[in-house]
Amino acid sequence: MGTHLPSTEFDGTAVDDQREADAEAVMGEPPAQMVQLLGPDGTLAADPVYSEYANRLTPEDLRGLYADMASIRRFDIEATALQRQGQLALWVPLTGQEAAQIGSGRASQPQDYIFPTYREHGVALTRNVDLAELLRQFRGVSNGGWNPKDTNFHLYTLVLAAQTLHAVGYAMGIQRDQKSAAQAAKEPDAAVIAYFGDGASSEGDVHESMVFASSYNAPVVFFCQNNHWAISVPTNVQTRVPLSNRAKGYGFPGIRVDGNDVIAVHAVTEWALEHARQGKGPVLIEAFTYRVGAHTTADDPTKYRHSAEEDAWRAKDPLLRLEKYLRAEDLADDAFFAKVKADGDDLAAYVRRTTHDLETPDIRSAFANTYAEAHPLVAEELAWFEEYSSGFAGEEELDAENAGPAAKAGH
Amino acid sequence: MTLNKFNLPDVGEGLTEAEIVSWKVKPGDAVAINDILCEIETAKSIVELPSPFAGTVRELLVPEGVTIDVGTAIISVSDDVSGDPTPPDTRAPETPVQPLYGKLPEGEGAAGTPDGGTQESAPAGGPLVGSGPKADAVKRRPRKAAPAAAVAANAPEVEPVQPLTPAAVTTPVAPAVDTRPTLGGTITGLVNRVLAKPPVRKIARDLGIDLADVVATGSRGEVTREDLVSYQAQRDAELDKADGFWGKAGRPQDQRIERIPVKGVRKATAKAMVESAFSAPHVSIFVDVDASRTMEFVKRLKASRDFEGIRISPLLILAKAVIWAAARNPSVNAAWVDNGDGAEIHVKHYMNLGIAAATPRGLMVPNIKNAQDLSLKELALALNNLATTARAGKTQPAEMQGGTLTITNIGALGIDTGTPIINPGEVAIVAFGTIKQKPWVLDGEVIPRWITTLGGSFDHRVVDGDLSARFMADVAAILEEPALLLD
Repeated sequence: MGTHLPSTEFDGTAVDDQREADAEAVMGEPPAQMVQLLGPDGTLAADPVYSEYANRLTPEDLRGLYADMASIRRFDIEATALQRQGQLALWVPLTGQEAAQIGSGRASQPQDYIFPTYREHGVALTRNVDLAELLRQFRGVSNGGWNPKDTNFHLYTLVLAAQTLHAVGYAMGIQRDQKSAAQAAKEPDAAVIAYFGDGASSEGDVHESMVFASSYNAPVVFFCQNNHWAISVPTNVQTRVPLSNRAKGYGFPGIRVDGNDVIAVHAVTEWALEHARQGKGPVLIEAFTYRVGAHTTADDPTKYRHSAEEDAWRAKDPLLRLEKYLRAEDLADDAFFAKVKADGDDLAAYVRRTTHDLETPDIRSAFANTYAEAHPLVAEELAWFEEYSSGFAGEEELDAENAGPAAKAGH
Repeated sequence: MTLNKFNLPDVGEGLTEAEIVSWKVKPGDAVAINDILCEIETAKSIVELPSPFAGTVRELLVPEGVTIDVGTAIISVSDDVSGDPTPPDTRAPETPVQPLYGKLPEGEGAAGTPDGGTQESAPAGGPLVGSGPKADAVKRRPRKAAPAAAVAANAPEVEPVQPLTPAAVTTPVAPAVDTRPTLGGTITGLVNRVLAKPPVRKIARDLGIDLADVVATGSRGEVTREDLVSYQAQRDAELDKADGFWGKAGRPQDQRIERIPVKGVRKATAKAMVESAFSAPHVSIFVDVDASRTMEFVKRLKASRDFEGIRISPLLILAKAVIWAAARNPSVNAAWVDNGDGAEIHVKHYMNLGIAAATPRGLMVPNIKNAQDLSLKELALALNNLATTARAGKTQPAEMQGGTLTITNIGALGIDTGTPIINPGEVAIVAFGTIKQKPWVLDGEVIPRWITTLGGSFDHRVVDGDLSARFMADVAAILEEPALLLD
């Protein structure tokens, strides 16, 4: 009595939490305290806060969300095939996370700025990034692929969690711009979304970015897609508590939303962006979803998880539930779904065609783009390279002729 | 008509080779873009390759089971869909395959005839992307002149990257092919369903440990790094002890005798065995069985999608056989009960099937309750659970009570057979010996077959020689032909 030892509110329940998290991940049971409007059975529920946001979606918007999700899934299949055919060095599939990406991306405004990981193909679609351009990096012909200034969609960041720091820095920049009266007069308020995953949540960068975001009340939405697997490490190894709870420690709101419910994701993200744009500070959204496929095309999930788990999550498919809803409410007919499918195939054909045509850049562009201004060392290295490569002049034809016999002679 | 060839891509990051596990198409088949052509196994995973072309399959250039370099042409597809439907002769693939392992018998395929109509050396559909093929396929070209000395002083030591021309990424053409399967990969792919993360797999490989031998304690049933460490420690400890085991001859006798108090499971086991051996008159009989069909059945179950993730062993089939045979010979599934002035035989119309299991705490015989009601898959799961729980030392007393008949799997240690002692309260026990290939006479010919020996001990107070023989013959019949279970 009277003594108060340091403790956490989870004392003595760690094991239960662990079991609960296991059960969630394995059985796919809906976790407690998760915002869900559209259930897996396609019925729409009410929420005191977010229904208001959901009601803003017109039938046209809902059909659009479905079409976006279907397009990006079709794109994902095509890109995976292109990788298997040797046309891409690597592909990062998103299947299963369509609702989290399309819902949040569609909730953003043109003036908002997005910092993606390397899996945000769905968000890229909502920001009008040319999806064929997006493949440049995966084909190894570009370090980026698109101009972020055109779409306010930043380049993919391959270093885990690094973009969360960039995002907070950008958000703090927006704050400073807005303080100058001239800027505030002409431009609408903007916010930043930082995407990251459950695996990245364990990185120090995320901690630092959240501390800064909170300290400066930066207009940033941290959008964590908890897809349950950091390559082969399950979420319950990364965290003992729901990831959204972590926001409490930094002093800003954290919301867990059903990441397979595009309507709820859209509503929650819209709320969070408004919150940020109004100067109320950062928000953490944890979209509770699942990576149905492999981490990348170089990964084999059958080595570390059972297919029963994948099946349990397939039953909660984001597209299926919206289709059920649209059909039940008579908001879309067979013709609509047939058109979505045809559009997806057209997109796939376009992407396939364009990928084959993506050109390998001249290595000289690497010398040209290292520094903005001329640099003596780069100039020297370029001169050496030109000297070196001129040594091969005139041998192209000879090589082509000799390639076969030379190789044979070698054996 | 154009003949397109599909070169083996690097489907991972920096893979250099892969094995063709199975072809999903054959010459003459029409294929559309993204139709699955074949399944390949790399160092990382088994993946399906979708077709980059639409058209008609002309030729499969690499046989199943052969491992080839990334960049090797594996299939040719002509772009005429409605063309000649008759497939060309499926002779051995001609020039482009370079086997990584083994050599072709002399004389064959020594001179590859270049295929006139095909672009032999230019990879179809542009250069392959990825770190693997590029790194391997780029051929350094001879230079005409040395770099100027002044520049060379600053020149980096590393080789500069050359711009890729289509010719530069071409696979070297080799005129031979080995059609012998390289196996290995294919089999592990089908059989090795043990869950473990890639780093753990690597450690196991480095230590020469078969993951299937390791008790998995991971939260999802996967083998963890700790499991490997403890397995390795146990293995080392056993080997280390062997060295310093013998006491020096000069030392006093009592220092050369190790005294181990008998308690716990050891004590309970001793008591139960004495009780059984000296109250129930044991009779033991043996039968050799050709279990080849059981092995095939087990292999098929492992490959079946329905049984994915479940460990299947011949013990499963034996368990099912024992349940089946007991129903036909009910007296083996009984108990001898002494009560005051007389005795009774209690025939059990249910099967609590005991499985003798070595555990960290000693020998335990947990049983599967109402095993007679379980489907094959449920029984497999029950066996898995029972074994996992027992090996983790977490078997509860209730799980060991009420057994009606027991199986002891002595074959796990490579033993042929033995005379097991009946678990007290029961009247029969079956010993499952190791299954190995032995010469076997079938239709007058000696051929290698998968042979095992079943041993059984019975309480002669309840089970006579005739009945025990029938029971054992029934069990043996199932192992010889598991299809009888459908009866």
